[in-house]
Amino acid sequence: MPFLRTILARLAATLVTLFGAAVIVFVVIRVVPGNPIAMMLPPGATEDDIARLQALYGLDKSIFEQFVIWLGGVVRGDFGTSISLRQPVLNLVLGRLPATLELSIMALVIAVFIGGAMALTGTLRRDTRTEAAIDVTSGMALSVPDFLWGLILILLFGVLWPVFHISGRVSPSLDFDFQTQFYLFESVLRLRFDVWADLVSHMFMPSLALAIPLAAIISQLLKQSLKETMHLDYVTLARTKGYSEASVITREALPNAVLPTLTLIGVQFTFLIGGTVIIERLFSYEGLGNMAIDAVINRDLPLIQGIVILFALLFTVVNLVVDMTYAALNPRLRHA
Amino acid sequence: MSFLEVENLTLRIARGPRILRAVSLGVDQGEVRGLVGESGAGKSMIGKAILGTLPRAIQVVSGRISLDGTDLQTLPARERRRRIGAQVALIPQDPLTALNPVRRVGPQITNRLVDILGWDRSRAEARARELLDEVHIPDPDRVMRSYPHELSGGMRQRILIASAFAAEPKLIIADEPTTALDVTVQKQILRLIKEMQDRHNTALLFVTHDLGVVSKICQSLTVLYAGKVIEDTDTRSFFAAPGHPYSQALLHATPKYTDPEDSLTPVPQHVIDAVEAEVTDFDKGLGA
Repeated sequence: MPFLRTILARLAATLVTLFGAAVIVFVVIRVVPGNPIAMMLPPGATEDDIARLQALYGLDKSIFEQFVIWLGGVVRGDFGTSISLRQPVLNLVLGRLPATLELSIMALVIAVFIGGAMALTGTLRRDTRTEAAIDVTSGMALSVPDFLWGLILILLFGVLWPVFHISGRVSPSLDFDFQTQFYLFESVLRLRFDVWADLVSHMFMPSLALAIPLAAIISQLLKQSLKETMHLDYVTLARTKGYSEASVITREALPNAVLPTLTLIGVQFTFLIGGTVIIERLFSYEGLGNMAIDAVINRDLPLIQGIVILFALLFTVVNLVVDMTYAALNPRLRHA
Repeated sequence: MSFLEVENLTLRIARGPRILRAVSLGVDQGEVRGLVGESGAGKSMIGKAILGTLPRAIQVVSGRISLDGTDLQTLPARERRRRIGAQVALIPQDPLTALNPVRRVGPQITNRLVDILGWDRSRAEARARELLDEVHIPDPDRVMRSYPHELSGGMRQRILIASAFAAEPKLIIADEPTTALDVTVQKQILRLIKEMQDRHNTALLFVTHDLGVVSKICQSLTVLYAGKVIEDTDTRSFFAAPGHPYSQALLHATPKYTDPEDSLTPVPQHVIDAVEAEVTDFDKGLGA
């Protein structure tokens, strides 16, 4: 069963990756200056108080001992207790994950639509001014980082023409009792489109800010790969059959050209998830990234570790999904 | 009046040299015409011009192409595309690159029938099965479900031939259809194309640089040099006595199956000079 072996190999690789990430973050946050105890105690606390608190959180032991204790907990599903929020890290992190997932997936969808439309239009109108305009636009989109796009969007749609909400995830005035943390998904399932509209209005700008650079990358790479495909014999053959240029592009060239782009989208999507940290802060969006910044400010070691492990897990899952999609779209790999 | 009429077709690369020089040729129903010339003589460009797939950088300077008496240039773009799709088909040069690698073979045979000609799917699939049978492919159903990479080159060329004949086109353009194949497969494919052409009584424009192939399947031929028609004649008189010195030289430069040990003569320089002079004179006459 080569398929099963592939899956097992991937799982093993994932575990090694996560372990590596855990070691790095564990050591780094303990080596850099600043300690959580100092953040908790009022000025004028005695040496004795500090020592007692350090012992309470196990911070008096060596880094290696601390790591073994922490790892032992993780194996049992216990990621420790947040120092600043005094709640189990696992609950905190899983409670915030859906918000970040919804935001990044919405950003991904927007990026694929905008980038795809630009690539297809650019290919259809290749070697014309339209293509040149698309190239310039994506070049500009790419050279401005996502958080600056966030600020630009806030200026445009929050200040000059205030149509979207500029902060938070949902209007507090909204009378709706969420049963899950997947607000957007739940609002659709429960057919509450007023709630859905409110959520989208909050998510629109942060997700667009995240999407713009990715859309530009998709547009450039997909267009390049479409244009190369347009010279191939099977595309010419389809033309002789009577298909219009637009259907030749979408029916014959696109399914092939999308393959290299897909791999890139996977890599870029993990960058996008990384970008949520700043974007969530900018838009006061209650997600994992926003929590990560607070955790770092408070030197909340267990929480930082939990968040980093979750991000690492997210990255490996994204890559796995990309590889599986690639195999599903490429018949030459499916039977291999 | 032949089914395909190409009259005085002149093409040039935008702001560049001419690649076809007032080419005229015709192919009638049931006729097989060879289109021969060296690499770069413009053979394939004629096919591309007829099919409407000329590269963007190439301009039509003058001339007309008509199918069944209709000048294609007078038709609106969409109608022209559909007319060509319905009446003309291409057998491409390289079967390894002419099938879409991510799509199954079946839909690649039936798509013209369904999408362009409006057949319903089951009728188109029945037709595809019948055609695969005609091109001697065993187990058509399995082949239609296959992806191109699962089939051999010869098999793929058979599929492309079946696909070309699917819509009962009036004209087939075969663009060096055996060049990319194994020598042993070449013969079978050549025989198959001739057999299909006979059965469907199609006009066939056979682009090749191989005079041996021409002698086997063509009734008439057009010899091209630097985009200019050097000779247009029927095959029998060509092989008996080529009219133009360049054609004679070309014939001498072709290996003979009857006498493979016979040494080949390259086209002599004075013949090339003479034919180049003709091309230059032609260009001067047009003021270029």
